[in-house]
Amino acid sequence: MSGQSLFPRLEPLLPRVRKPVRYLGGEGNSQVKPWDDALVRWCLMYPDAYEVGLPNQGVQILYEILNEQPDVLAERTYSVWSDLEELLREHGIPQFTVDAHRAVGDFDLLGVSFATELGYTNLLTALDLAGIPLYATDRDERHPIVIAGGHAAFNPEPITAFVDAVVLGDGEQAVLEITDVVRAFKTAARPGGRTELLMRLARRGLVYVPSFYDVDYRPDGRIRAVTPNRPGVPARPAKHTVSNLDAWPYPKAPLVPLAETVHERMSVEIFRGCTRGCRFCQAGMITRPVRERSIDTIGEMVAQGLAASGFTEVGLLSLSSADHTEIGEIAKGLADRYEGTHTSLSLPSTRVDAFNVTLANEFSRNGRRSGLTFAPEGGSERLRRVINKMVSEEDLIRTVSTAYAQGWRQVKLYFMCGLPTETDEDVLAIAGLAREVIRAGRRASGHRDIRCTVSIGGFVPKAHTPFQWAAQASHEVTDARLRLLRDAIRGDREVGRAIGFRYHDGRPGMIEGLLARGDRRVGAVIERVWRDGGRFDGWSEHFSFERWEKACVEVLEPLGVSLDWFTTRERDEREVLPWDHLDSGLDRDWLWSDWQEALRGAELDDCRWTPCYDCGVCPTMGTQTQIGPTGRILLPLVSTGPSRPGGSSGPSGSGSPGRSADAAAS
Amino acid sequence: MPRRPEGPPPPPVVARVRVRFAKRGRLRFLSHRDVARTFERALRRADVPMAYSAGFSPHPRISWLGAAPTGAASEAEYVELALADHRQPRALGEVLDAALPAGLDVVACAPATATPLAELVDASHWWIRLPGVAPTALAAAVEALLARDLVEVERVTKDGHRRFDARQAVVLMVCRAENDTCAILDTVVRHTTPAVRPDDMLTALCVVAGLRPSVPPEPLRLGQGRLLADGTVADPLMPDRDDAERLVGRIDA
Repeated sequence: MSGQSLFPRLEPLLPRVRKPVRYLGGEGNSQVKPWDDALVRWCLMYPDAYEVGLPNQGVQILYEILNEQPDVLAERTYSVWSDLEELLREHGIPQFTVDAHRAVGDFDLLGVSFATELGYTNLLTALDLAGIPLYATDRDERHPIVIAGGHAAFNPEPITAFVDAVVLGDGEQAVLEITDVVRAFKTAARPGGRTELLMRLARRGLVYVPSFYDVDYRPDGRIRAVTPNRPGVPARPAKHTVSNLDAWPYPKAPLVPLAETVHERMSVEIFRGCTRGCRFCQAGMITRPVRERSIDTIGEMVAQGLAASGFTEVGLLSLSSADHTEIGEIAKGLADRYEGTHTSLSLPSTRVDAFNVTLANEFSRNGRRSGLTFAPEGGSERLRRVINKMVSEEDLIRTVSTAYAQGWRQVKLYFMCGLPTETDEDVLAIAGLAREVIRAGRRASGHRDIRCTVSIGGFVPKAHTPFQWAAQASHEVTDARLRLLRDAIRGDREVGRAIGFRYHDGRPGMIEGLLARGDRRVGAVIERVWRDGGRFDGWSEHFSFERWEKACVEVLEPLGVSLDWFTTRERDEREVLPWDHLDSGLDRDWLWSDWQEALRGAELDDCRWTPCYDCGVCPTMGTQTQIGPTGRILLPLVSTGPSRPGGSSGPSGSGSPGRSADAAAS
Repeated sequence: MPRRPEGPPPPPVVARVRVRFAKRGRLRFLSHRDVARTFERALRRADVPMAYSAGFSPHPRISWLGAAPTGAASEAEYVELALADHRQPRALGEVLDAALPAGLDVVACAPATATPLAELVDASHWWIRLPGVAPTALAAAVEALLARDLVEVERVTKDGHRRFDARQAVVLMVCRAENDTCAILDTVVRHTTPAVRPDDMLTALCVVAGLRPSVPPEPLRLGQGRLLADGTVADPLMPDRDDAERLVGRIDA
């Protein structure tokens, strides 16, 4: 019988695995709905270990939106660790959800969120454990529709054999529209079967169905064309854009795990999209335009989320949080509201700007000032112009001086290695920058007890960015430059001991590069690696470069292409890229001209404050930048007396809060 | 200059309450850290006026008693909460229970007494279900164990292997039968250093009699507290019984 709990069979295995708490479910604000009452049943997956997947905002948002529908049920599943995978196979227990421990294969839809390409092998494990055929072409009416989403899905070509459909962009509305189509299809007794359902979804522009498109290759291995193989489907499936984030204030009730996870806090997304125009940044390119949440909604989500979760920390998320037009008012308002309540606020992703130190001070009024993080990304001014990260050395020194003077003890600086046009000198400039940071910090703080950590990783070119045509630096080049930098920092007698250096081996980046810019032929590499035991490729203890290299030789070279062909080869303007038929709204000609501007070292301003530079997104998608200021402020929360501050979930929809907390004051 | 926290010191502790709670069902797989984290969040949701430590990263003042191991259920876990404001213990227990997930259940809540909680607890009563083990086999193993004065067991800790005696801690050990294929090890164990845990007792039974359950055992802590003369343990939240009743020697089953 479908929908039954597998827990009685799973339970005896749990004492035999590491961290059984990963598989229990029972998180605060999680839901178990009756199977038979639901007409459409979604299983949502984050393809990594529970502790990584649980905090994922995308999954939490969709989970809550779907479960609010009376005739819809949504449960979650995560990758099982290898010890449990072995036991599940031995005992014939399928991949299960953590909510009601139901078999994933029993659901109508399996939605998998890919934040990173390194989750692809884990998708295969889950499908296989679920009893779902690996290839979409082998599935029939008994199997769930497998849908990929998330940022990595903007080039889903390497996994097209394994998924039925792909959703591009924001999922909030898309997931409900897909549900509507599935509901109507099931109510009508599934006319035309699986293909007809996919056709209905494709025709309405909700999803990209890879099997409805054929790829032709040239004799030299490049793609000739990607064309629809049937009438009625869009030539270029487009991304979804939610245009009013205030109407979608999710998650309202964040999941509160019993287990320890990678983020022990709740998150409130304060805006989506970024138009800073950093040329390496896929997230900034594919999530345009900027759409702010208003200060009132942010205040309400923080209050409601804290009351419903008991978390002690709130992260204000976005791609560059200090860019919110009212971030100063938000920071002050929240710091005032929660002063003395042992609630801490954090602002990940801030730019190099002295104003951000002021914000950070606000957020740590009476707390420890341990570390501040900034991301100049490139070591030299020239390279920062190439990547359009407009930070001068002067800005950085001024910013860190302010931070050290105000009691911050440690500054962390993020950089990338292997950026287009980069030379050894560009990377060595990082050592010089770090030296100046320490000198400035010692001057500003008046003592020597300060530190700076340089954290650096290899750059991976991504689809839908100006660098999509660039040659990725080989791991040999990246590793050699990182060694040079390490030696330069360690050899500095004056400041070497005050500078920490953290870097990553360049090899996983090559595989990420293969998967990020690969085409359908790469699917067989993923399958080969998985059959050879590849799992959890984002985990250094599991990742095997040799396994991937071997599979590339075996699978790709007979086709006249290779790992290098996909990664270290620069593409020319006319080459058909594997994702060109997927519409992120960005105008290809603009991307190309921005790539040429990059090579010339020309900077580009943010379109929020300067005229539009025609990236193409707004006219193509019918969207526009939505920013404040609203002129409103956050008032103190009014106490509700001795009763508990709403442990139950708050008001539904975008209705007014129970407390008169967010009144306009302008 | 290093910064110091501004403002007045945290409010003083005005009351302490002790909570007895159970760890039941699937939540027996929670580790102590999982329980502690879940408890702290429930205290915030329930708006319990906790007292906090001073310094840059203040923590709610919660004192834990040795926790049941991951995988072991318990009807008798104890924790002491320091409060910055007065609350009726019974009402506090009710709101806390409502805020905790089902499976972490408040059993009782009482004002703290002068005697520190740790001094009111020196033994645990375990009820270990052994599916797949015949009661006759367990009875023989228990007899073999009790016949010895010392049974060394080895445990893997994060510092490597550690060998210690598991016999001296055993105050009482009885074999019970659920049915022909499910035995129950009913035992009272003194708290020693290192603590002799259910898996150590099972290792000891394996050492002396080769007992190896094929199905994972299901340990349940029924009670912990002061060991009494009759081999039972006294609930530390109950009013102190006369010290004369306390056990001095050791009794064997």
